Amino acid sequence: MELVFKRPECLIDVPFHFCPGCHHGIAHRLVAEAIDHFKIREKTIGVASVGCSVFMYDYFNIDVVEAPHGRASAVASGVKRARKDLIVFTIQGDGDLGAIGIAEGIHTANRGENITLIFANNGIYGMTGGQMAPTTLLGQKTTTSPYGRDFTYDGYPIRMAEMMATLEGSALVARVAVNNAANLMKAKKAVRKAFQMQTEEMGFSFVEILMSCPTNWGLSSLEANRRVEEEMIPYFPLGILKERKMADYL
Amino acid sequence: MGAIDAGCLLFFGYPITPQNEIPEYLSKHLPPLGGTFIQAESEIASINLLLGASATGARAMSSSSSPGISLMQEGISYMAGSELPVVIVNISRSGPGLGGISASQGDYFQATRGGGHGDYRMIVLAPSTIQEMYDLTCLAFDLSDKYRNPAMILGDALIGQMKEPLIRQKPEKMDLPPKDWALTGARGRKPNRIKSLYLQEGELTEHNWKLYQKYERMKKEEVRFETVNVEDARFIIVAFGSMARVSKSAMELAREEGMKVGLFRPITLFPYPEKGLYDISKQVKQFLTVELNTGQMVEDVKLSVDRDAQVYFYGKPPGALPPPEEILEEIRKYYK
Amino acid sequence: MNSDRFYYDVIVAGFGGQGVLAIGNLLAYAAMKEGRQVTFLPTYGVEMRGGTANCTVVISSKEIGSPIVQRPHAAISMNLPSLLKYGPRVLPKGLLMVNSSLIDLKEVSRNDVELLAIPVNDIAIQNGNPKLANMIALGAFAEKTKWIGMPSLFESLEKVFDERHHGLIPSNIKAIEIGAKFVQSL
Ligand SMILES: Cc1ncc(C[n+]2csc(CCOP(=O)(O)OP(=O)(O)O)c2C)c(N)n1
Ligand code: SF4
Ligand SMILES: [Mg+2]
Repeated sequence: MELVFKRPECLIDVPFHFCPGCHHGIAHRLVAEAIDHFKIREKTIGVASVGCSVFMYDYFNIDVVEAPHGRASAVASGVKRARKDLIVFTIQGDGDLGAIGIAEGIHTANRGENITLIFANNGIYGMTGGQMAPTTLLGQKTTTSPYGRDFTYDGYPIRMAEMMATLEGSALVARVAVNNAANLMKAKKAVRKAFQMQTEEMGFSFVEILMSCPTNWGLSSLEANRRVEEEMIPYFPLGILKERKMADYL
Repeated sequence: MGAIDAGCLLFFGYPITPQNEIPEYLSKHLPPLGGTFIQAESEIASINLLLGASATGARAMSSSSSPGISLMQEGISYMAGSELPVVIVNISRSGPGLGGISASQGDYFQATRGGGHGDYRMIVLAPSTIQEMYDLTCLAFDLSDKYRNPAMILGDALIGQMKEPLIRQKPEKMDLPPKDWALTGARGRKPNRIKSLYLQEGELTEHNWKLYQKYERMKKEEVRFETVNVEDARFIIVAFGSMARVSKSAMELAREEGMKVGLFRPITLFPYPEKGLYDISKQVKQFLTVELNTGQMVEDVKLSVDRDAQVYFYGKPPGALPPPEEILEEIRKYYK
Repeated sequence: MNSDRFYYDVIVAGFGGQGVLAIGNLLAYAAMKEGRQVTFLPTYGVEMRGGTANCTVVISSKEIGSPIVQRPHAAISMNLPSLLKYGPRVLPKGLLMVNSSLIDLKEVSRNDVELLAIPVNDIAIQNGNPKLANMIALGAFAEKTKWIGMPSLFESLEKVFDERHHGLIPSNIKAIEIGAKFVQSL
């Protein structure tokens, strides 16, 4: 029988600490599969951002450096500039990239840094216990938007992928979800594509993954998956927003 | 709560453990009072929102924890240079770097030596009970307005996570000078300028001397400390914040064993109670500094006490908190 | 307790999710209602959820110094790891309360303390709500020690529970009473 569900080689065999039903584990797996696929484990550097994905170094069987909160794309740029031959990626949360690190993120894309940025958008601050994120939906209650997010008070949820796509420096910009099998397949493709483009030196690749945070949303895993479908995807449409072809580049 | 009772209706902050209870509380309670709570995109933004709000003469505050406070240093330096009042709460956690979320007093140097660039000081208050957390927050607003200088409440995760009863009684407000420097629109008066850039010859020297005079005045007028059982003491524990509480219990244990131990607790870390310590050290010659770090305030104790006094140190880097028995052990070691 | 001068402390420990912080919180609130000095100090495991949780409550007639306690007068162990950690630390002649639904009493290594074994999970299940095991424990502990009175404990529920859970107060009161009765019947 063919083994269809096997631990990617570049993941260490330890249980994830993520809460049950959390999509962070799936994102880790997608990245790991892409690294395995291109057989680049030994030349890939991960940059851990501060959020629930910070423990990346406990799971990936690769070299990892931890960045200050919000600075992961700058740190990743630094690694890449020092060692062009390495493959560099980071997984940044919505607080990490969309709030405190938005300047670094934008400028990393604008410089066309040849790195891969996986944007973990769960619309909330997971690690710190459920505060409002820049991507929190209107009306959504969080511990710091107890009356529901109101645009006159807290502004609108930021669409990061759209913003990244406007920058000349970005080569691939996609938004995917992992809440059902069909979306998961597309997500897998997009993440693989992102790493492929990096190996081909096409420039900055960005994949936004819509994720659940069942714990801080106060929902069960299934309800959380449904919420991704019914509330997040309508506001954050899925798809490839931008893809640079070799031809455009020449 | 202290902030609200001190008439502060503006809070700008960014989430960080272990102080999320403060913004969560204020996000709920400020809007109904007509106040404003903004979750900024970073601590850099928070401190600059504060700079702007304070420039209008409004009372404003933020709270954060060590890594966030580090990001605020640039703004704090600008506010000290521009002579703007502000209250910042640091429920400090352990570092360096991300460190951990356990209690630590590792930010003592950063707080008392001015963590940003330039020759400035910040008023630093160290509460050791929840009651004091409230009272000192109110006081911090007054002192900060009185001196037009940033003030910090330096707590730690122990005080930040602990619960104990609180009597919410608004303290008497100080007699404060009018904020005629505030930006309110230059109607019928000369424009006000709030800035820290001084390029004319001699200007900056003068500005720095002026700040210096202010800090000297604080040293004369604002020093606060608590002493327990120093009258007959032969041995003094010096500790602030949460460690002062644990030390107090250790002192009681030591007294049960017949050792004459007293406690000296600085409440203002800047201005530091140098003279209070010096006066005591003319009689008592043994001091034990207890800190939740590997040795920071102990330097100030050494600078303060009389030359022939002995200063010992018991420090714990973050992790397990020392129970009173551990400190008692240290007292036994040195007590003569 | 009626004596004028007193000092008590207890460490409550168990898995996150067993409601140990609620036990500590309620004890602290009730003591505060009775005009005592009190501190409540929670510590969480490094893991945000599903880890271990414990808290220390000190109740005293005078101002409390250290909220950290090395050797408590009493410990409530809701699971085995917390018994192993805090059991040895209870003062001689102190009270060691264990959740005998989850802990094999053979694991108790002390014979110089008073052991109070209460199968709180079993009692909670028998009474139809497994989630209230912590309240059974609280009732038993309060009855045993009499550090605080039942009325102040019941009043505290309102303060400690979020408003949207106020509907649950009667069932919690009942669970506390069941825990107390269990101790009376021993
Ligand atoms: C300077 C600084 N400020 C605040 C924090 C606290 N902090 C840690 S993670 C985090 C946000 C986590 O949210 P997100 O980036 O969305 O990641 P998630 O946990 O949701 O995956 C914050 C604010 C910090 N570590 N450093
Ligand atoms: S808090 Fe949310 S984002 Fe973090 S591990 Fe749990 S479910 Fe995932
Ligand atoms: Mg997030």
